Amino acid sequence: MRIVVLLKYVPDISSDRRFAEGRIVRDPAEGSLNELDENAVEAALRLVEAAPDAETSHVVAVTVAPETADIVLRKAFQMGVHRGIRVSDDALAGSDYFGTTAALAAAVRRLGEEEPVDLVVTGMAALDGLGSVVPALLADELGWPQLTLATSVALDGSTLTITRESDDVVETLSAPLPAVLSVSDAANSPRYPNFKLIMAARTKPVETWDAADLELDPADVGAAGARTATVEAAARPPRPETELVVDKGEGGTALADFLIRNDLV
Amino acid sequence: MTRPTVLVLLDSPESAVTEVRSPVLELLTIARSLGRVDVVTLGAPSVEVLATLGAYGAQAVHQATLPTTLPPQAHHVTAVLASVLVAAVRRTDADVLLVPSSFAGKEAAAVAAARLGAGFVADASGVAWSEEGAPLRVAKRVFAGTWDTVSTVATDPAVVSVRANSVAATPADAPTHPEVEALPVIVAAPAVTVVTREVKQRTAGRPPLEEAAVVVAGGRGTGGDFGPVEDLADALGAAVGATRDAAFEGWFDSYIGQTGVTVAPRVYIGAGVSGAPHHRGGMQASQVVVAVNNDPEAPIFEISDFAVVGDLAHVLPQAAAAIRAHKAQA
Repeated sequence: MRIVVLLKYVPDISSDRRFAEGRIVRDPAEGSLNELDENAVEAALRLVEAAPDAETSHVVAVTVAPETADIVLRKAFQMGVHRGIRVSDDALAGSDYFGTTAALAAAVRRLGEEEPVDLVVTGMAALDGLGSVVPALLADELGWPQLTLATSVALDGSTLTITRESDDVVETLSAPLPAVLSVSDAANSPRYPNFKLIMAARTKPVETWDAADLELDPADVGAAGARTATVEAAARPPRPETELVVDKGEGGTALADFLIRNDLV
Repeated sequence: MTRPTVLVLLDSPESAVTEVRSPVLELLTIARSLGRVDVVTLGAPSVEVLATLGAYGAQAVHQATLPTTLPPQAHHVTAVLASVLVAAVRRTDADVLLVPSSFAGKEAAAVAAARLGAGFVADASGVAWSEEGAPLRVAKRVFAGTWDTVSTVATDPAVVSVRANSVAATPADAPTHPEVEALPVIVAAPAVTVVTREVKQRTAGRPPLEEAAVVVAGGRGTGGDFGPVEDLADALGAAVGATRDAAFEGWFDSYIGQTGVTVAPRVYIGAGVSGAPHHRGGMQASQVVVAVNNDPEAPIFEISDFAVVGDLAHVLPQAAAAIRAHKAQA
């Protein structure tokens, strides 16, 4: 069994994020592995560990990001991922959902040419943009079934079954491999890195691919291929100072008064 | 451009469409400001639904006709819904496709956009034409509600998912009388099998969390007792939500946060909520934030307009009683 897990490098949620010239400015030192991708790594590792051919099974982590993002691959190595690939190219900067999907699909295809890929696993959302649509786009691009937003995952032979709860519906879905799976934070609890893997992760090589390695058309990716453009960006004005009441018996009445006097009831 | 056509997805978890939810009414309101309004739906709309669509100015309703070999519960699979959206855009020659920003809506809209070669913006808070006509300008609140952006979509059609509570839903000046037209959709059997599918019951008398104008959320500080949270919500006609921690404890079923429901109501009231990043990411775009917590250091106070340091078991029932008394006077 061979699983590809996709990782995203995201700015720290509490860091100061801003826009300049239509692009998000990220201080590389502030970024980290998208928290939900730890659930994706965990799901991938559990599936290969339980595979009948566990000895030869492995997990390959792929991230599309600049060099500073190698910390996300190191984190994946610490958890037990076997191989890490970073796709880096200036031509990919400014990619929208479709450009990102094209790059990820090309990386999965290239890996598949080396040796078949049984499954692609992602987190259900990146906690920066929260778009949550790349897993579905990737499945459509690869022509594979999609099992997204999973809260539990079970593999029986080559049939993957998930449960999920989204919007108004609770569902059980299944599909044959190869497939694209996205997991929520309810799917599992990510393991803590063990000492041996932490030591090994320091020196484990990160492979790098560029747009040419993936035979990507520069017109399809990056800012050149983007079908949308951010043309304005402004920080919202800070909230006025908090009106703070310490409850001495009338806190509830004060709360009601606040809502009533602001015409919010 | 001649008068643009805007296609709106009327979604429903059931196979028959018996209500038009407020996010769709908001989409119809936005669509009317952009051009001619057409509606696409999977299920048969009821007479009441057609009347509501007419009141909001819809010109035609395109009801998908899917192959009879496809089991009804497979109609909602992303690949199938995307095929319906693509067929409807082509049939109506729509310039804009608007869908509600649910997970299901976003996935299907994105896949439809990919197949149409269209640009896609997720989670918009507003949509308008540029002063000179095209391109479409899409407003969006990002970084947990701390920044406002505007993106332009360079393609025709443009595909946009819009968050609930983005505009006030208002009926058209003159009602229309939309007819239902069959929309044949050719779709291969999806590779995904729907083993079970259960539509959740909505709590009677309370608005759904993702649509509510007022939300009361309970966190760890409730200690598992959501009674005071539900009491205040009932007094306000509000929806109830939890933090992820409280939901994972099994205290309440739906939670607000980055991996749960994203809310942006007029009023958000957090009770016993500390304000962890996960939760903040799901509620920080709320217009007015109120917090009740006995910990004066709770981070949620930093983003609150009004806050009470105190015991929620005492503060919430007192607030509920005062609000009920106020409503009785009005």
